[in-house]
Amino acid sequence: MFETLSDRLTQVFSALRGRGRLSAADIDATMREIRIALLEADVALPVVRQFIARVKERASGEEVSAALNPAQQVIKIVNEELIGILGGETRRLRYAKVPPTVIMLAGLQGSGKTTIAAKLALWLREQGNTPMLVAADLQRPNAVQQLEILGERAGVPVFAPSPGNGVGDPVAAARDSVEEARRRQHNMVIIDTAGRLGVDEEMMAQARAIRDATQPDEILFVVDAMIGQDAVTTAQAFLDGVGYDGVVLTKLDGDARGGAALSIVQLTGQPIMFASSGEKLEDFDLFHPDRMASRILDLGDMLTLIEQAEKAFDAEQTATLAGRLVSGEGFTLEDFVEQLAMVRKLGPIGNLLGMLPGAAKNRELLSQVSDRDLDRAEAIVRSMTPEERRNPKIINGSRRARIARGSGVSVGEVSQLVTNFFEGQKQMKALFGGGGIPGMPMVPGMGGGARRVAKSARKKTKKKAPRSGDPRRAADLAREAKGGASAQDRLRAMGGMSALGGGLGGGGLGGDGGLPGLGGADGLPENLADALPGLAFPPSGQGGNVPAAFRGNPKRRKKK
Amino acid sequence: MAVAYIILIVVLGVLAIAAGTFFLLFQRPRRGRTLAPPGQPQAPPAASPPGGGEAETATAAGAPAAVIGVERPPPSAGRMVRLRARLARSQTAVGSALLSLLSRDRLDDETWDEIEEVLITADVGVVPARQMADDLRTKVKVLGVRDTAGVRGLLRSELLAQLGEDTDRSLHVAPHGGTPAVVLIVGVNGTGKTTTAGKLARALIGDEHSVLLGAADTWRAAAADQLQTWGDRVGAETVRASRENADPASVAFDAVSEGIERGVDTVLIDTAGRLHTKVGLMDELGKVKRVVERKAPVDEVLLVLDATTGQNGLRQARVFAEVVNVTGIVLTKLDGTAKGGIVIAVQRELGVPVKLVGLGEGPDDLAPFDPGTFVDAILG
Ligand SMILES: Nc1nc2c(ncn2[C@@H]2O[C@H](COP(=O)(O)OP(=O)(O)OP(=O)(O)O)[C@@H](O)[C@H]2O)c(=O)[nH]1
Ligand SMILES: [Mg+2]
Repeated sequence: MFETLSDRLTQVFSALRGRGRLSAADIDATMREIRIALLEADVALPVVRQFIARVKERASGEEVSAALNPAQQVIKIVNEELIGILGGETRRLRYAKVPPTVIMLAGLQGSGKTTIAAKLALWLREQGNTPMLVAADLQRPNAVQQLEILGERAGVPVFAPSPGNGVGDPVAAARDSVEEARRRQHNMVIIDTAGRLGVDEEMMAQARAIRDATQPDEILFVVDAMIGQDAVTTAQAFLDGVGYDGVVLTKLDGDARGGAALSIVQLTGQPIMFASSGEKLEDFDLFHPDRMASRILDLGDMLTLIEQAEKAFDAEQTATLAGRLVSGEGFTLEDFVEQLAMVRKLGPIGNLLGMLPGAAKNRELLSQVSDRDLDRAEAIVRSMTPEERRNPKIINGSRRARIARGSGVSVGEVSQLVTNFFEGQKQMKALFGGGGIPGMPMVPGMGGGARRVAKSARKKTKKKAPRSGDPRRAADLAREAKGGASAQDRLRAMGGMSALGGGLGGGGLGGDGGLPGLGGADGLPENLADALPGLAFPPSGQGGNVPAAFRGNPKRRKKK
Repeated sequence: MAVAYIILIVVLGVLAIAAGTFFLLFQRPRRGRTLAPPGQPQAPPAASPPGGGEAETATAAGAPAAVIGVERPPPSAGRMVRLRARLARSQTAVGSALLSLLSRDRLDDETWDEIEEVLITADVGVVPARQMADDLRTKVKVLGVRDTAGVRGLLRSELLAQLGEDTDRSLHVAPHGGTPAVVLIVGVNGTGKTTTAGKLARALIGDEHSVLLGAADTWRAAAADQLQTWGDRVGAETVRASRENADPASVAFDAVSEGIERGVDTVLIDTAGRLHTKVGLMDELGKVKRVVERKAPVDEVLLVLDATTGQNGLRQARVFAEVVNVTGIVLTKLDGTAKGGIVIAVQRELGVPVKLVGLGEGPDDLAPFDPGTFVDAILG
């Protein structure tokens, strides 16, 4: 239901293309989208405000980069800031000078403390420690028993002097545990406490009493990644009520965007130390700020995709192909087979698509797409004669029947592939050949404001932007491709490709500044901003057999 | 990195040709209108909340709107008083912020943005909050309302309309045709399912029902013991697996069979917490329900949502509704500072009403959902 930030920014930036400078209005428009994205990721409102102010200040003060277009520049700043905040103060667990090291867990009811206690115990044990678990949740029915079972599974002894279920004194249990650990030579003590509300003064007093009785080296605040706007209130209440030195984020195996992580770190300045992502005791790890940043922004793991793609693809061959496409030659079925082989090198198609931003939302659907689709397509094309591959227009009824027989598919599937092919060919031509992706911002249901901006951008482009089907550029490209120029140079020559990120709405492919962003681009944000959002996730509400990015708007193109 | 462009076009081209319609997946339905920057006046949203009529709710202020199930006697007065007291605890500056906003001389763009933000802070969600603020703005203009109380009243009715004030929130817990009513309790980990099962059993027993508990959480350590402790506490017996890691569906089936045999009124089945993203576990839950239905119809499927949950709550509800056809929401932990505003989106999108609220860890800390009280807590 929600769009990804990349979708939204693509819309916003479609109006910003090619200016090479961030105007105050550009920044405002961008910030509004980032605000929505953060709020939908459950980042708390006050934190969103602070964050936006910070990004805005940086964006405004930023030197206008020669290498980056506005979209790239802003995403880069946002991503850096997020990672900066989330990973600001990474540190290891503090060990006591004189063992045992005492770790106390605190958090709301149901946040996952008991499970975390056992996971942490296992993790520490595997690092050569000799931890002991302490059952100090004497409140929730059978919490003691749960910890005992989990401790057994983790191979860690559990100190449970009181039966629980409302019987026993958690402060005494905790106090005694430290002595017990010393006696039994455990070097670490992990205290599981009852879940409590930030507003429950009585229970907070109990937490303080446990703290004072055990003098923990670490108090960890355990919080559910699904928590919403209340994260700040609760995080603050625990900070004031009992205090903590680090945060553990749980249930990250769900699909919550986990904006609370940002809220809590920003608010309290305490680092997130661990992340828990599954029901198995092994599903526990140190926290990775970069992963969390892209999760909150929902940008997907595009870097991986691009890296893999670069490795798998023969750059030379691809550039030659691109040169041909730019000069107006169509993508043929021969090319299709050749490129398909490369696509396959990227691994199973499910993985490939899973790496695209926003794919998380469609995981289930994605899982229905199989490599068999590719197999079938390949079989069909391989059953064609070379002539048919070069000129699929000649494929008539009897040829279709023959191809179907040869590839073991139905005639309908052959027809479908041919149809898909023509459509895809047309769109690739449009992309490479000069039409840009006109009409991209004119998606149904888009806000009136954005629409207006897009429109005016289009007008401007019409007047100013050099056309990118520009034969001179194509020739340049072809020449450079042959001459083995660097991939970057080749692309720079292609100029118009910047339209993919900076100016999907621009109509013409020719960016004013050639190819901003490709020059020094060497990281995730740049690439994302430039190529992917619009391409991979065409913000269109309409159906069709091809991605919307591939669906040109022939009419508008003709007008130009 | 530059080759990436070409590669991406080619990859997508190849996939488009090979997999055809596949890319439809990425074209998400949008509610784009509501995402336009604030300050762009918009028509009121087309979607009207299920069950919520147009603003004839202006009289609602102050009128107790508790919808009490026919199968369930009205809650004791004490329960409602506690509900109000507990909710009062969670009142932050939000309500007063709203009031001070509204008492400004001019209701400018900024003010409306801030009203929207008040709703966002309650986890209502950006899109619904925007919609409501826009709606309210139009109404204020049309009706020419100028005073704080008037605007607040309109906002209150707006929220109530979103929740569906006349929605049927009755619990189907009475036996029928010689079989007990079967209630399935589902939700993600740690939301309060087991506690809710215990508290609900207690409430039903208080209303002279006989209740049998089914411990279909055969996964989590000590889960069955936890339910049984609750059962002992409130006077209900618990049917549980005889061995570890038993099939939850068969435990549920046994519980219902046992319930029929004993002629109890209601069988409450507690299930294991599961994240809605885990396909295998969701299938398992679907199976629990289907297997039970071989024996007796499932009368209620209660999805337990934790009030602290943010926007993810809607996703949870969507998936659970799809898998087991949720008939009601139990909103727990409303005794904390969280407002639970996500249930507005859930009600709007799925039409599943909140039926019960959890207000603490004690056996009596469960109450029927009262939209008026809930809304007042959001508005502060
Ligand atoms: N403050 C408060 N705590 C609650 C409420 N409902 C449940 N809890 C607490 O939340 C914690 C988790 O409750 P459970 O009933 O074990 O949750 P569950 O959904 O059964 O958990 P799993 O079976 O582990 O998924 C316990 O500590 C409960 O006491 C409530 O309404 N308010
Ligand atoms: Mg449970």
